[in-house]
Amino acid sequence: MKKENFLWNSIKTGMLGGSIALFICLIGMTEVFSKRDVIEKVITLGQFVLLATSVMTGLIASRQTSQLVGENRSLHRLTAGLVAGLMTGVVLALFVLAGDKVNIRAVFLNATPGLYNILTFEKGVSGVWVLPVISAVSGLIGAAFLLLPQAAQKPLTQATLFLFFMALFSGLFRVVLINQGTNWEKIAKYLYGQTGVTSEGALIFFFAVVIISVLWSWRGQSVKTSVAHLPKGGKLTLRLLAFAAIGYVALGLPQVSGPFIAQVIVTVALFILMGLGLNITLGFAGLLDLGFVAFYAIGAYTVGLLTSYGPFGLQHISFWAAVPIAVLVAMAAGFVLGLPVLGVRGDYLAIATLGFGEIVRLLAGSDFLAKYFGGPQGVIGIQKPCLGVLEPFVKIDVPRVCNGIELGKPQDIYYVAVAAALLIAFVAWRLRESRLGRAWMAIREDEDVAEALGVNLIQTKLLAYMLGAAMAGLGGAIFATLIGSIFASSMQLIVSINVVSLIIVGGMGSIPGVIVGAIALIGLPELLREVSEFRYLLYGMTLIIMMLSKPEGLWPSQAAKRELHHVEASTEAEL
Amino acid sequence: MAPILTAKKVTKRFGGLVAVNTVDFEIPDKSIVSIIGPNGAGKTTFFNCITGFGKADEGEIAFEGMPIQRLRPDQISRLGISRTYQNIRLFAEMTALENILVGQHIFLNSSWLSAVLGTPRVRKEEKMALDEAQRLLDFVGLKGQGDLLARNLPYGAQRRLEIARALATKPKLLLLDEPSAGMNPRESEDLTAFIRRLRDEIGITILLIEHHMRVVMGISEQITVLDYGEKIAEGTPKEIQSNPRVIEAYLGRGAATEGMATAHERHSKKAG
Amino acid sequence: MRTSFGERMLDLIVSGFLWGIRILIVSVIVIGTIGTLRTGQYTSEQWIDFVVFGVAQGSIYALIALGYTMVYGILRMINFAHGDIFMTGAFGAYFIATWLTNTGFVDANPVLGLLIPILFAMGIAAAIAMLVERIAYRPLRGAPRLVPLISAIGASFFLEYAFRGFFGPGKYAYPPIKALEGSWEIFGIGILKVQIVVTIAAFIMMAILYFIVMFTKVGKAMRAVSENKDTAALMGIDVNRIIVSTFALGAAMAGAAGVLFSLVYRQIDFFMGFTPGIKAFTAAVLGGIGNIPGAMVGGLVLGVFESIGPSLFLEGLGITRPYQLKDAIAYTMLVMILLFRPSGILGERLTTKKA
Repeated sequence: MKKENFLWNSIKTGMLGGSIALFICLIGMTEVFSKRDVIEKVITLGQFVLLATSVMTGLIASRQTSQLVGENRSLHRLTAGLVAGLMTGVVLALFVLAGDKVNIRAVFLNATPGLYNILTFEKGVSGVWVLPVISAVSGLIGAAFLLLPQAAQKPLTQATLFLFFMALFSGLFRVVLINQGTNWEKIAKYLYGQTGVTSEGALIFFFAVVIISVLWSWRGQSVKTSVAHLPKGGKLTLRLLAFAAIGYVALGLPQVSGPFIAQVIVTVALFILMGLGLNITLGFAGLLDLGFVAFYAIGAYTVGLLTSYGPFGLQHISFWAAVPIAVLVAMAAGFVLGLPVLGVRGDYLAIATLGFGEIVRLLAGSDFLAKYFGGPQGVIGIQKPCLGVLEPFVKIDVPRVCNGIELGKPQDIYYVAVAAALLIAFVAWRLRESRLGRAWMAIREDEDVAEALGVNLIQTKLLAYMLGAAMAGLGGAIFATLIGSIFASSMQLIVSINVVSLIIVGGMGSIPGVIVGAIALIGLPELLREVSEFRYLLYGMTLIIMMLSKPEGLWPSQAAKRELHHVEASTEAEL
Repeated sequence: MAPILTAKKVTKRFGGLVAVNTVDFEIPDKSIVSIIGPNGAGKTTFFNCITGFGKADEGEIAFEGMPIQRLRPDQISRLGISRTYQNIRLFAEMTALENILVGQHIFLNSSWLSAVLGTPRVRKEEKMALDEAQRLLDFVGLKGQGDLLARNLPYGAQRRLEIARALATKPKLLLLDEPSAGMNPRESEDLTAFIRRLRDEIGITILLIEHHMRVVMGISEQITVLDYGEKIAEGTPKEIQSNPRVIEAYLGRGAATEGMATAHERHSKKAG
Repeated sequence: MRTSFGERMLDLIVSGFLWGIRILIVSVIVIGTIGTLRTGQYTSEQWIDFVVFGVAQGSIYALIALGYTMVYGILRMINFAHGDIFMTGAFGAYFIATWLTNTGFVDANPVLGLLIPILFAMGIAAAIAMLVERIAYRPLRGAPRLVPLISAIGASFFLEYAFRGFFGPGKYAYPPIKALEGSWEIFGIGILKVQIVVTIAAFIMMAILYFIVMFTKVGKAMRAVSENKDTAALMGIDVNRIIVSTFALGAAMAGAAGVLFSLVYRQIDFFMGFTPGIKAFTAAVLGGIGNIPGAMVGGLVLGVFESIGPSLFLEGLGITRPYQLKDAIAYTMLVMILLFRPSGILGERLTTKKA
C-alpha cells in the first residue's frame, strides 16, 4: 500500500464518517440530545454522539492502514486517524458554511439556528474552525487507542461504556438514591447532576471501573476457579444468595421507584410475554408472523369485554376469571388463523400474517363492528384486578367495589406482570426441552426432513401458533387492565415489528435473549425520552446490522452455548 | 422370502420429462438391495416416491402389503421406512444428540401440557429417549460428540449421524442415498461392514443408491439398474456384471473410467 | 394404519376450514352485490366514477408492483422497503414541485411542471434504492429467505423514520397543478382530469419499462439473470450490476408512482408508503410474482376491486361506513391469493423451482 493511497483512503473514510454525522444532525438527533448532559457542564449527549462518530471514524481509518508496513507505521496510523477525524469535522463545517448562505431549513426541518450554534460552539460562522479541530483530535484519539496494548484497551472501553450508561440513567439512579434518605441524597447529588453525571462523579465512575477491570483481569481467573472449586453446598448457597438478592430487589423495586419506572417495567414484562410467544413461532418453529399483535389485541379485547363496567362490557366478571378465558380465546384464534396459513411457506407466510393482523385491527376499529368493540372510541372502564371479594355489578360506568386490595396502580400491576412473565418463561423453557420443542426446531431447520422423520407438520405448526398466541393473549389481558381501556389504533403493525426486533436482538430461539431484548429495545427507550423519538430508526438500523453481522442474536441460544462449553472442555482436556 | 416393499408400474413426471417410467420393483424382506444407474436415471426420484416426498403420478407402492402412495411422509415414516439424503440434510443448528432425538419423535407420546408440568411420566420418557439416543450415537461411532452442533461435525461424522437419526425411527426398511459419497476406499469399506451389521444384527432391510461399484457389488444381494427412468435389468451382482444391456447403458459408458466418473459426479454435485 | 383418529380429524378440519373460507368470501361478494343492486342507490354514473377512480388508483399500484415483481424475479426476495422508496420519491418531488409552483413555472409550462418532478422523484428513489441494496441486501445474498426479508423490514423502518427525522411527522400539502383541475367530458361523463392524466402517465411509464426489459441489452440481461444467475455470469453478464439496475429501475417506477399518488391525494407524509406498498405487493402476487405484465394487470384488478368493493358488496350486507373497510378488502385479497393461488391469476412465469 502506497502512502498517498492510504491518505486518500482516510479522506474517503472521513467523508463517510462526516456524512453519518451530518445525517445524525439532520434527523434532529444532535439538537434533541444536546438538551441532555453526559458530564454536566463538560459535554452534552449531542456533542458526545458527534465526537463518538469522529473517534470511530479515526479508529476505522487507522485500522484500514493495518497492512501498511515500514518503520513509520504507528505514525502513519495516527495520521490516518487524524485525517479521517478532520474530514468528519470538515464535512460538518462545510454544512455550516452552506447553511449560512442558503436556507437549508426550507427542506430539512432540523437545520435550525440551534443546530448551527451547537456545531459552532455558539460562536457563529467565525467559530466554524473549532469543530474540525476537535474532530481531528478525536480521530487521533481513536487511532491512538488502537496502538494501546490490549490490556489497556479493555478497561478503557469498559470504563467509557459504564460512564455513558451511568450518565444516560442518571435521572433514574438519582431519584432512587434520593428516596433512600438524606445521607444517600448527598451522595446522589455529588455524583449525579440534573441530566447527567457531575465531573466529580465522572472521574469516580471512570477510575473505579478501570481499577476493577484491571484487578479482575489480574485476579479474576483465580476467583472463578475458587468459586468453581467450592463444595456443592457452597455453590448452592451462593446461588440461593444471588436469587434472594434479585428477588429482594424485584419485590421492593416498585415501592422505591415510583409509578413511572413501575409502568416501564410492566411494559417490558408485557413485551417479554409477547416475545416469548413469538419466540415459539419464529424462534423455535421458524415461522415469521408479522400479524402477531392480533393475538395481543384478542387477549386485550377479551378481558376488556368481559370485565368492563363501561357501555361495551358483555359480562362483568373479575379480572382473574377473565384471564384464563382470554388466554383460551387467543389460543383458539391462533388455531383459526393458523389453519389456513400453515400451508404457506416462508416469506409469503410473513406477508399473509401481516395481512391478517391488519384485517383484525381494521375490523376492531371500524364503525361496522362498533356496537361490539367500541370502534375508534375503544373499550373503556376495564375493571382492575382485585385481591379479595368483588362487590356485585351495580350499573354501567360504576366500577365494582373491591373488598380487599385493588391492584389499581402500575406498581401493583407490576407484580402480576412480572409473575406472568416468569411463569411463561418457565413454560417456554419446558416446551423447548420437550419433544415438541425439538420438533419445532427441526421444522425450522428443514421441514421436509422433519416430516420424513414422522413429525406431523400441520399439528406441530398449529401448536406453535396456538401456544404463541396464548402467551401474547396473556400479555394483552394484562395490558388491558393496566391501561384500563383499549383502542384498536394501539394494535398497529409496529407492535409486531417491535416483538420481531426484540427476538432478533436477543437471539432467535433464546429465552433469556427475549428478556434481554425486551429490556434493551422496550425498556431503554421508555426510560430515555430523548432516545424514544428515534427508536424506530434505531430499530430499523438494528435489524439490518443484526442480519448483516450476527443473525443468531446477542445471546447465543442453548444449543450454541452447550457447544461453546463443549469446545472449552475439549481444549482444556487437550491441555 | 416375502417382499417388504412392492412397486407396480410406478411413473413420475416433471412436466414433459418422465423421471421414472413404469418401474416394477420388489425388495425381499431382510435383504440388501441396490439401485444403480447413470446420473439422472431417476434413482433419487424413485426414493422420493417411496418416502412420500414426491407422490408418484401412476402406479402403486405397497409396504408390507399396504398401499402407501397416497400417504404423507410423516405417515410413511411411522410405518417403518426411513431414509438418508444424497446431500446431507441434518438439522444444522441442533446438536448431534438433538438430531437423533427428533428421530425418536414418533415414539414419544407426552403432550405439551404434561411436558410443561414435568410429570414423572414425561421425565421417564425423556430419560429413556436420551439413553436410546446416546446408544445410537455410540452405535454409529460418535461417542462423546453428542453436544456438538451438527453443522460443526466433520463430513464423515455427519453421514453417520444422518444414519443414526434414521435408525432412531426404528425402521424396517432403510433407504440410503449414496452413503459412501465423498468417502475414501477405507471409509467405504467400513461403511460396507456397517451396513451389513445393520441387516444382520438389527434385521433392517436396506435399499441403497450407490455409485461406488466396489460397495455395490460387494454388499448387494440384488441390484436393479435404471436408465432414463426405466428398469433395464435386475439380478444378482454377477448377473448384472455380465448383462449386455447394463454394460452398454451404464458400465459400457463408464466402466473403463469408473473412478473418473465418480470423481466427476462428486464435483458436479458440489457445483450444483 | 397407524394414523390416529385425531390426525385424520385434523386433516378434515383443515380442508373443511379452507373450503369454508372460500364459500364465505364468495357468498359475501354475491349476497352483498345482490343486496346493493336491489336497492339501486347508486346510478350507473357513480359506478363509472368508482371504476375510473379504481383504474387511476390501480395504475399507480401497478407501477409500484413492477419493482416488487422485478426484484422478486431476480433475487426471490420480498423488498419490504419498496413502499418506502415510493415515499422518498414523493418527498423528493414535493420540494421541486413546490419551488416550481412558487416561481410560477408550473402554471406557464404544465407539462414540464409535471415531468420535472417525476424525473427528479425517479432519480431520488433510484439512488436511495441503490444505496439500500448495497448496504442492506447485497451482503445477504444466498442467506435463508427470512434473513433478507428481516433486513428489508429494517430498511423500511429506517427509511420511514429517517424521513420523519428530516421532514417531521406532519403532513405536507402537495402543490396542485392548475391545468389539471376540473374534469373532462368523455362520452357525456365528467371525469376528473387528474385521474385521466395519472392513468395515462402510469401507462406510459409501464410501456417504457416493458420496452426496456424486453428490447434493450440491460433488459435482456435482467431476464437472463432471473432465469439463472450462474449461467448468466458465465455468459459474461455482470450479475451485480444487473441486480443494481433492476433495483434502480423498479425504484424509478415507484418514485414516479409517488408523484402520481401525490397528485391524486394531494398530501404526503413519512408513513405514506406503507399501505400502497402492501397493496402493490398484493397486486404483484395477484398477477403472478416475477411476471411483469401480470403486475400491471394485478394492479388494475386490485384498484378497481378496492374502489367498487365497499359500495358493491359491503354496503349490500348492511355494513355502515363500508369505505372504512376498503383496506381490509385489499388485505383480504392479499391473504386469499397467498392461501389459494400463490402463483397468481396469470401464473408464475418465473418459477420458484430452485428457490
